[in-house]
Amino acid sequence: MKLITAILQPAVLTEVQVALAQHGITGMTVSECAGYGRQNGHREVYRGAEYTIDFVAKARLELLVTDEASEAVIRVITDTAHTGNVGDGKIWSTPADDIVRIRTGERGDAAL
Amino acid sequence: MTAADVSAGDTAWVLISAALVLMMTPGLAFFYGGMVRAKSVLNMVMMSIVTMGLIGVLWVLVGFSLVFGESIGGVIGNPFDFAGLTAIMSPDAVVGGVPVLIFAGFQAAFAIIAVALVSGAVADRMKFSAWVVFAIVWALLVYFPAAHWVFAFDDSVSAHGGFIANTLGAIDFAGGTAIHINAGAAALALCLVLGPRMGFGKTPMRPHNLPLVMLGAALLWIGWFGFNAGSALGANGTASLAWVNTLAAPAGALLAWLLAERIRDGKPTSLGAASGIVAGLVGITPAAASVSPLGAIVIGILAGVGSALAIGLKTKLGYDDSLDVVGVHLVAGLIGTLAIGFLADPATPTGAAGLFYGGGLGLFGTQAVSAFIVLAYSFLVTGLIAIVLKKTMGLRVSAKAESAGIDVAEHAESGYDFSQVPYSAQNIKSTIVIPAPQKEEASK
Repeated sequence: MKLITAILQPAVLTEVQVALAQHGITGMTVSECAGYGRQNGHREVYRGAEYTIDFVAKARLELLVTDEASEAVIRVITDTAHTGNVGDGKIWSTPADDIVRIRTGERGDAAL
Repeated sequence: MTAADVSAGDTAWVLISAALVLMMTPGLAFFYGGMVRAKSVLNMVMMSIVTMGLIGVLWVLVGFSLVFGESIGGVIGNPFDFAGLTAIMSPDAVVGGVPVLIFAGFQAAFAIIAVALVSGAVADRMKFSAWVVFAIVWALLVYFPAAHWVFAFDDSVSAHGGFIANTLGAIDFAGGTAIHINAGAAALALCLVLGPRMGFGKTPMRPHNLPLVMLGAALLWIGWFGFNAGSALGANGTASLAWVNTLAAPAGALLAWLLAERIRDGKPTSLGAASGIVAGLVGITPAAASVSPLGAIVIGILAGVGSALAIGLKTKLGYDDSLDVVGVHLVAGLIGTLAIGFLADPATPTGAAGLFYGGGLGLFGTQAVSAFIVLAYSFLVTGLIAIVLKKTMGLRVSAKAESAGIDVAEHAESGYDFSQVPYSAQNIKSTIVIPAPQKEEASK
């Protein structure tokens, strides 16, 4: 099992959600976050005082999938979130040792 | 008339009314600002606020002249008659019982909000520079002529006025055609040329702050008492009727909109209440002095239900009038203007009789013709202005700026900062110099 984490432009989140749903993904967790990679932040000005905003608003998407499904899921996210602009984000996957569905106590793949 | 004819009571009321009408534009800024997403609230507010600056100056320079100068063929006022407003500084310059200067001030506030109304159709995506140019050109080519047609009566400020007020004789007490039908038709033309927002109809575009919308609606309602009751140009019975009608119609519209929502969607909503108030205000504007308070409630109900139903059209037809300027201002403006043909009560100061009071269909015909002339002129000329601007300076911000939010791209500001972590680094150039980090380090 894998935990796939994706840092995305907030604007593409709905499209990614729809694409994943079409691919049979039944759940995900999304949180608001901010950060920077290779892109620059932006500049704001208040009565002449400049503020450099380093951390750009992003959406963080996390989902648990089977080992077999992980490659396809990563491909779906990449295809949908790609705009070609700096700041499109990153995806990484990490092994998930065990998963428990709290309601039923199921473990492993059955809990996905 | 001479200075001796100035009534202190009338002048006091028009001075206050002018300030109330001016307050409607920041009220509109809140009303519109709350309805957009948090990432573009400042741009929405700024489109209204900059209009106060632009039209405020333009009105003094030539606007008042173009609307109330001696008419050139009933189409436009002579721009040189009152340029700079110096010609009306004399104590003898009096209209009705008030100095022409405060009448000019009162009408300036009308011009400002008429232009600002259009901005609701272009939320989130129009270049600020393009809006500035549009506001100036639209005022000159569309609002000033239309206001001249409707508001400039013979022998009020100049000997000859506009053709709708004097030749057609349509009833438009405070601007149903000149302001609301005009701005609504312009909004439709402009948003058609501009195109829909990115993700329109696919991604959710929820209002980010409904209390702000309600605050805006409240300020609009208060200001509208100046708009309608001030249009009597005196502290008198006409103003009193207009005031009561300005209470009754939005009250009816608010209830009607909520009832329509309760039946259609299951819940009465706060956005529906705010929208109902505005629809009722728009509906009663042309009719404020020509219908009874009961007639005002009928107009309010019609405007409330009509606008609530009309708003659904935009998703069906696929044009993105973002904040429903067409659904609220054009539709309710038409309802109010046309309803005069049925509900005009001869017992009111206007004295005209609509169909229900034995007046026949003549008045309805006059109302319909004047509404159509303004609607068609505004739609066509606004469309042309928008196309020319699109081909020259461009109307839209970049796709990147639109998806990230127009505020930072166009104004270098963001509306809200709720962050508990220090996301920003301050650099006050004049007092502290903070060395900029090397680019390589920043990108690690």
